[in-house]
Amino acid sequence: MLLAAEGGFHAPGLEEFYPPAVLFEGTPFELNRIMLIRILVAVVLVAVFMFLMRNPKLVPSRAQSVGEMILEFIRKGIAHDMLGKKDGDRFFPLIAVIFLTVFAMNITGIIPFLNISPNANIGMPLFMAVVSYVVMIGAGIQAQGGWQYVKSQLFPSGVPGAMYILVTPIEFISTFIARPLSLALRLTFNMLVGHLLLVLCFAATQFFFFEAGGALAVFGGLTLVGGFAFTLFEILVAVLQAYVFALLTAAYIQLSVAQDH
Amino acid sequence: MDTTILAEVSGNISTVGYGLSAIGPGIGIGILVGKTVEGMARQPEVSGQLRTTMFLGIAFVELLAFLGVAAHFIFV
Repeated sequence: MLLAAEGGFHAPGLEEFYPPAVLFEGTPFELNRIMLIRILVAVVLVAVFMFLMRNPKLVPSRAQSVGEMILEFIRKGIAHDMLGKKDGDRFFPLIAVIFLTVFAMNITGIIPFLNISPNANIGMPLFMAVVSYVVMIGAGIQAQGGWQYVKSQLFPSGVPGAMYILVTPIEFISTFIARPLSLALRLTFNMLVGHLLLVLCFAATQFFFFEAGGALAVFGGLTLVGGFAFTLFEILVAVLQAYVFALLTAAYIQLSVAQDH
Repeated sequence: MDTTILAEVSGNISTVGYGLSAIGPGIGIGILVGKTVEGMARQPEVSGQLRTTMFLGIAFVELLAFLGVAAHFIFV
């Protein structure tokens, strides 16, 4: 599609992630393809879980047990593992929502006709990172009190007095600046790079098959296989990034809830 | 003096930067996963916990490589 219009090989670039507006152009509510995918994913996610959990019973039906299996994995594997039973159950809704949202938004990267992950734009990951940042600080303040929380984060005990000149700025940057930024950036660039790789593979296939001609078609076969391999790899990345995002959120909450160690 | 150009490279030097930034995390993830496998082989009963910690570690290490990608977009 990209190539057929202009001919020759064009490497994909960042403009892939800023498609033209579809609806409400020029207003603050401008919707482009990526925004529409976000809305679609949110609706589908809510619909799926409403369907799975529509009539919860003690002895689960087949649909309910699928839903329970997913939630149970997040509860046991992430929340209880990082936060312990009590805090794990308290923060489970947030962690589950983050996991499922990140996963659902990632997987659209390989669904035909959607073909792009909304998480490849910084907006969505940044929003989720801000949510987990706010919860992290809120949980810390709730557990230890405002001053005590800041003190336990910035002035770790067991450090000789003069070293605080060095330790405190480093702790400040790593806790209050690097954490949310790294959460957002990791997800964004995983999705962005994954999408670019897929586009590159399939654009190269198209070029080798239909434009280069002759013996170069062999390379087309290679890039086609590579494209399928990366598609499978993208499924893995989608699950893994959702897991990592939820796990890190839980770990950050745990670090700020934990009393002075 | 007349200079003769024998070879020329065109494109952006930042691609080399990304290559450089991928070396460290590559080695790091290799060591990390290798050590985790070692630990799992020694003590299979804690493999669940080791796996969680491994993914945490990978998440931190992998970020460095992605900063290399980000640097390309920021500084070009």
